[in-house]
Amino acid sequence: MEYKPVIGLEVHIELSTKSKMFCSCPAEHFAKEANTQVCPICLGLPGALPYTNSEAIDSIIKLGIALGCKIPEFSKFDRKHYNYPDLPKGYQISQYDLPVCLGGQWTLDNHKKISITRVHMEEDTGKLIHRKVNGEKVTLVDFNRSGVPLVELVTDPDFESPKEVDEFLRDLRHLVRYLGISSADMEKGSLRLEANISLGRVKGREDKRVKLPDYKVELKNINSFKFLQKALSIEIKRQSEILDSGEKVNQETRGYDDYNKKTFSQRSKEGSEDYRYMPEPDIPPLIINKAAIARIKKLIPELPKEKQMRFKDSYKLPDNYVDLLVNDQDRADFFELAVKIGKAQGIDSKMIASAMLNNNLDRSSSSPADMVKKLVEVTKKDYASQAEIEKAVNKVINGNKKAVDDYKKGKTNVIGFLIGKAQGYLKGKGEVGLVRTELLKRLEKK
Amino acid sequence: MDKSNKFDVRHIADLAGLNLQKKDYSKFEKQLSLVVNYFEEIKKVNTDDVEPTSQTTGLTDVLRIDLIRPEDQLSVSESTSNTDKTHNNYFVVSLLLTKE
Repeated sequence: MEYKPVIGLEVHIELSTKSKMFCSCPAEHFAKEANTQVCPICLGLPGALPYTNSEAIDSIIKLGIALGCKIPEFSKFDRKHYNYPDLPKGYQISQYDLPVCLGGQWTLDNHKKISITRVHMEEDTGKLIHRKVNGEKVTLVDFNRSGVPLVELVTDPDFESPKEVDEFLRDLRHLVRYLGISSADMEKGSLRLEANISLGRVKGREDKRVKLPDYKVELKNINSFKFLQKALSIEIKRQSEILDSGEKVNQETRGYDDYNKKTFSQRSKEGSEDYRYMPEPDIPPLIINKAAIARIKKLIPELPKEKQMRFKDSYKLPDNYVDLLVNDQDRADFFELAVKIGKAQGIDSKMIASAMLNNNLDRSSSSPADMVKKLVEVTKKDYASQAEIEKAVNKVINGNKKAVDDYKKGKTNVIGFLIGKAQGYLKGKGEVGLVRTELLKRLEKK
Repeated sequence: MDKSNKFDVRHIADLAGLNLQKKDYSKFEKQLSLVVNYFEEIKKVNTDDVEPTSQTTGLTDVLRIDLIRPEDQLSVSESTSNTDKTHNNYFVVSLLLTKE
């Protein structure tokens, strides 16, 4: 039977604001001593009232604009209830029916368009650690992460392969870093991935349309792009085997075990679908008008895809060079400055890119100007000296009588052949302009 | 909830994290029905000209500048003062099996 994967994504991005979403505690919580960055608001103490961080709202609007989302004028927060020790209020402040961003789109390299369903604002939960203390298995709770601004992005189930998923996620991480709204670091948990995957049966040999599946499997708690790729591929195989045998695939949540190269069923929270959403009465709604959107648009820098196009056009670099440079915003800026400075010194953009990417010369240089200076020195050192050139030209003139005669008869294009000969003697180290000048000097003289 | 105002008391207790005895179900079912039935009274009020809202102040965009205010934070001894179950500054709860 022929199947087509139907994959959708849910991505959580922790914002890198200074303070938390609804209080003034520090938002940077990585490797901090437990419960040292908390206050009545993020501990959910009675009577504490949330106070929304404007920078977090600006950040999510930036992301929404960059993903081509609509930013509705009216948006509000809601309470999502569930009982768990990582959630001190008994509810998470999130957005239900009126998120900040709706309906965006992202284009993959194969020109396929992925629809972004929504992007909404919420708060992170506390951190749980399961451990044995005094011989007793317990759970430890740290609320430093409680209330850190969290953006949730949901896509339509538009992906048809693990490869498409991987490309989108890399693009997204890139975009988020360019926007400067998150470190998007999977190891620190500031980027978290979930995928839902099912297989649709292809209708027929001619009709390649897909009959939409009546189930979906959620892949959760996956902590790297590579593992998500592997988990998706393994799921595709597992599900197609189940479907081939005429069985039904269970709708469930699964994790990934890289050691055994398997996905496994995870028991999920009971009744977790019953979130009893209600409008958050303690936070007045957001009105995001055209002026606000125009103000935020001005804060958006040139984005990776635009930069890629421009680098290809203006610097005529190979694709892999462009990708490597654009991948790192600081390096891309360094490159552009170096090109500007190098131009006057006869150092071209390709030489600069190669020095950076093949020799990491930028890493050992204090500034673009410093790197260009080094390049000038290196190239000078490598070039043959005037005396060496004169010697080589002498040999060429004496050793290629026929070509010299041809030149004198007006066949001036033999100059290329003569330069080549001279470069042979110089082992390619002659500066072409100098060699030509020297050759012409001799040819015109005779 | 269906028309007969029957409640799945066990489910509601689960959501609220309450440990109810089976013998309590019918008692709470009755009590909950009474509360909800009271809304039938409120329904009699004519609300044709009333806009639904979750807000009463009329405020919008109450936003704060992104600043850390150390003076708002609690010390560890303050933040954990409502429990005697702590370990190295962590709150301690009984082991949760449901997540993994």
